Amino acid sequence: MPHRQSLSALNRMLATGGISSTEITTHFLDRIEKNQQLNAFVSVDREQTLARAQQADHSRRNERNLNLKGLPVALKDIFCTQDLLTSCGSRILSNFVSPYDATVVERLDKDGFFVLGKTNMDEFAMGSSNESSYFGPVLNPWNTARVPGGSSGGSAAAVSARLAPAAIGTDTGGSIRQPAAFCGLTGLKPSYGRISRYGMVAYASSLDQAGPITQSAEDAALLLQTMAGFDSRDSTSLDTAVPDYLSALNTGLENVRLGIPKEFLDPSIDPEVLSTIETALQEFEKLGAKLVDIELPNSGAGIAAYYVIAPAEASSNLSKFDGVRYGHRASEFSDLLDMYEKSRAEGFGDEVKRRILIGTYALSAGYYDAYYLKAQKVRRIIANDFSQAFKQCDLIAGPTTPSTAFPLGKNLDDPVSMYLNDVFTVPVNLAGLPAISLPAGFDQSGLPIGLQLIGPYLKEANILSAAHAYQKVTDWHQRIPGDYE
Amino acid sequence: MSISKSDVERVARLARIGIEPHEAERYSIDLSNILTLVEQMNKIDTEGIQPMAHPQDITLRLRDDEVKEVNKRDKFQAIAPAVNQGLYLVPKVID
Repeated sequence: MPHRQSLSALNRMLATGGISSTEITTHFLDRIEKNQQLNAFVSVDREQTLARAQQADHSRRNERNLNLKGLPVALKDIFCTQDLLTSCGSRILSNFVSPYDATVVERLDKDGFFVLGKTNMDEFAMGSSNESSYFGPVLNPWNTARVPGGSSGGSAAAVSARLAPAAIGTDTGGSIRQPAAFCGLTGLKPSYGRISRYGMVAYASSLDQAGPITQSAEDAALLLQTMAGFDSRDSTSLDTAVPDYLSALNTGLENVRLGIPKEFLDPSIDPEVLSTIETALQEFEKLGAKLVDIELPNSGAGIAAYYVIAPAEASSNLSKFDGVRYGHRASEFSDLLDMYEKSRAEGFGDEVKRRILIGTYALSAGYYDAYYLKAQKVRRIIANDFSQAFKQCDLIAGPTTPSTAFPLGKNLDDPVSMYLNDVFTVPVNLAGLPAISLPAGFDQSGLPIGLQLIGPYLKEANILSAAHAYQKVTDWHQRIPGDYE
Repeated sequence: MSISKSDVERVARLARIGIEPHEAERYSIDLSNILTLVEQMNKIDTEGIQPMAHPQDITLRLRDDEVKEVNKRDKFQAIAPAVNQGLYLVPKVID
């Protein structure tokens, strides 16, 4: 059954002729159609996607080009695609057909991956539960009364329920890693600048990064290899060589120093999460890693700094949505100002409005120094803490989230309670570092628990090989929710 | 520190988002709670610390002044709400 195979396994089967792209794609399209209750997808075009698969099969057979994979991958609806709508989970872009493809889409295409469908997400990537989408909430395949996490909730639910063999998401404050943790998946946020942001709708430009949400570190390495690299169209893209992530996978953990920050083992964390992480760390020790106690003394201020910087940058980025050139325009208005105010009031949901308002406030005259500038200084201190820590260890480990997936509706009355989910993920984005969440076990009610590994800047290969080593001796990452086996 | 209803209305005007009076009420509570969270930053001494805008403190890359883009106006305007003769149509601004 194609949905029980990892992306890497499907890739090998395609290369040996054991399966065709058409068979794989038909199988996943059928599963998507049968499982619409999860609400993981916003747009799927069966005809177009099958045509793409058939084209791949034809090319592989006729041109004898075995490098042309022909593998379908789900794509978060934040990446511009010419062939499908790009909604960003918002009413304001619910009719938006992009005139160009994102670099991520072009790179995937060049390596033989094509878009299975566009996945649901928290509106404009602002959220930790995928409950703020204009298209409705996404459900967690492990327990449909629970959230899948956010903002890449649709991508995570799709892979978790094996409606897609892998997906691409984005991470600004944890939006790949937290849903990966809640859904039992392997989600990687690369170093800032590693993957081009051209064509990826901006939320917070100094924090956003695309990344894979997959069944394994091996699958994540395969997709990272495809997407990473310099792009002259993104002014923040790194002009640095891309290592061979796949051949580095089997480096192993011998003498790797794993730093455990005491701030990440806070007693307020769910006790089952804590004990699962502790068991996982013992497994890393058996594989040769050395556990080292470290400190990240200012990481607790990460959330405070993030909820100034991200909304401030968002307030600037989202000012382009004004109903003039594309997207939703109000049908009735008295003048230009009224057109702007009505189009944006109708087009944006509550959480987006909250963040634009707080961001605008933080940047406004009289408050800029106290909030935005202060937050940028706190950001530097947090980044410095990581640099110091990496003098004593090679990777940093801890829980990805303080709890397992919470119930739908639980944090909606109090935005701040929702924000506290990001306490372990946000400092990583502030420092621009790479990090992965991998499945480390389940709680007693059967909900997945994620372990986070953080690496120094540009050390994705080290993170992936550590995760791979753990996944060779455990099988958490191979578990599929009962209803989707 | 709390945000008043009139603060919300001022900021909403700056952000060009239309809000009703009852919404301004609700947002002033939400935003005040967010500010309470944000003010935890004040526990940290940032004396002498340089603000950080980018993890590697990079500056904007420059390139040669050569034309690389082609005119794609028609393609971009195909998805516009209202266009005429290559111009985007909006309510009259100047009388």
